[in-house]
Amino acid sequence: MMCDNCKERESKINFTTVEHDTKVTLHLCEQCAQQKGIETGEAILKSPLGGFIQAMGKGGTNVLPTPADGLRCAACGSTLKDFRESGRLGCAQCYESFSTHLKDLLRRLHGSSQHVGERYAPPGAAGATDPRLQLLELKEQLRRAVENENFELAAELRDRIRVLE
Amino acid sequence: MIDLSLLPDGGIGWLDASGPKGSIVLSTRIRLARNLEGYVFSQRAKDADRTAVLTRVEEASAASDLLKGAATIRLDRLERIERQLLHERHLVSKELAGLDREARPRPGAALVVQGTVGVMVNEEDHLRLHGMRSGFALEEAYADLEALDADLGRLLPFAFHPEFGYLTSCPTNAGTGLRASVLIHLPGLVLTKEVGKVLQGLTQVGLTFRGLYGEGSEVVGNFFQLSNQTTLGKSEDELLDHLGKIVRQVIEYEEQAREVLLRTAPDEVADKTWRAYGLLKYARKLTFEETMNLLSGVRLGVGLNLIPGLSVYTLNKLLIFTQPAHLAALEGRQTGDPELPTARATYVRRVLETEAV
Repeated sequence: MMCDNCKERESKINFTTVEHDTKVTLHLCEQCAQQKGIETGEAILKSPLGGFIQAMGKGGTNVLPTPADGLRCAACGSTLKDFRESGRLGCAQCYESFSTHLKDLLRRLHGSSQHVGERYAPPGAAGATDPRLQLLELKEQLRRAVENENFELAAELRDRIRVLE
Repeated sequence: MIDLSLLPDGGIGWLDASGPKGSIVLSTRIRLARNLEGYVFSQRAKDADRTAVLTRVEEASAASDLLKGAATIRLDRLERIERQLLHERHLVSKELAGLDREARPRPGAALVVQGTVGVMVNEEDHLRLHGMRSGFALEEAYADLEALDADLGRLLPFAFHPEFGYLTSCPTNAGTGLRASVLIHLPGLVLTKEVGKVLQGLTQVGLTFRGLYGEGSEVVGNFFQLSNQTTLGKSEDELLDHLGKIVRQVIEYEEQAREVLLRTAPDEVADKTWRAYGLLKYARKLTFEETMNLLSGVRLGVGLNLIPGLSVYTLNKLLIFTQPAHLAALEGRQTGDPELPTARATYVRRVLETEAV
């Protein structure tokens, strides 16, 4: 069926209103519907938030669980379903575990999934080891040793920490 | 009671109105979201994980150049009124302070603060680094923060991905993890009813606005927080440039609106600001919301040079200290005390009597 308004394009939307107690149905194409200020499903999808809402499964048409929902992050155990429900990821590894889904979402949220800001060099990457860093690492090792009740190692680490301090 | 003398300037040096465009822009705040590699994100973290994160941050702070000797405030060990007080100073979020109904701060929730910079620990992300400046000062606020980020990043392993950038608990913050907010006073645009259009325009250029206390808060006293919406796909400088450009435009619109008001309705504007001043000066009972609205009217009058002898600094001070937790702490009362509006009016009168020339 052709669009009732422009009579050029194929109608895609049936827009029903009540005027003077009579039901009027217009068959409109997407462009004409938008001109009349009617938000179409596709228009909602095109807005970043619409995409976000749909991707989160909290609106749009995609409310039924998809097979991917069961996808689990090996590092922290959270699933894609957990993310859809809470909007929060479980750990840094989740970005790898759910990367295909996230890329899509990131593009819709930010218009891009490629970071172009500052690059991060992890501690010690620059080569020369910062003595402060060494100390912090020893303290972390000490905590783990105590946790695992490896007191021999803990005593050794404590001594090395004392020297450095 | 929390000892605010631990905080340099009580953590509110940024409210001294010394910054650029200080009468229109209260403050500039930028935050960077960071997480530690090897620890689950806060949402999934157990108490032991949170405590471990806090210990790592405390040790790194002590070893760092910029946070050495900083005060660490454990939110989980504070009374509600003290947590609310820090929130009213814009030093911690409502979430970190556990101020929502029935909420409590999570174990390990802390604020490390030193001068113009600070770190919220165990918020939505492990670290939320922030920098705050008086007035409209994006570059200065970011310079502080960039240095802090580099300093801590050398001592703590941040979670970073070559494609997605800094990894955050919510993907809306991934990439740079940067959110810059400018707290701006727009009474001219509100009075000329142009503010709707301006705010609508913001959303079309990738920016967003919030109320006085940030996310989820209401607009009171014509204060708006303008900030960037996206954090990925643009560099830090591009994000800040873009926000800066738009904020400058909004400031210009606000100045134009004020000129229009002065030209077309000078008596009404003068009457409005003097009435607000009169009420603040003589009222015997003031609610917080009424105080904020009256302060907005007086602030407009001071900005237009209609009310002489009153500094923006005094107005900022009133803005902070008439908030419920501040006033209650000052008067040794509880925030729900029915006598608080009377105490507020007395406090405002006293400040205006001593500081207005």
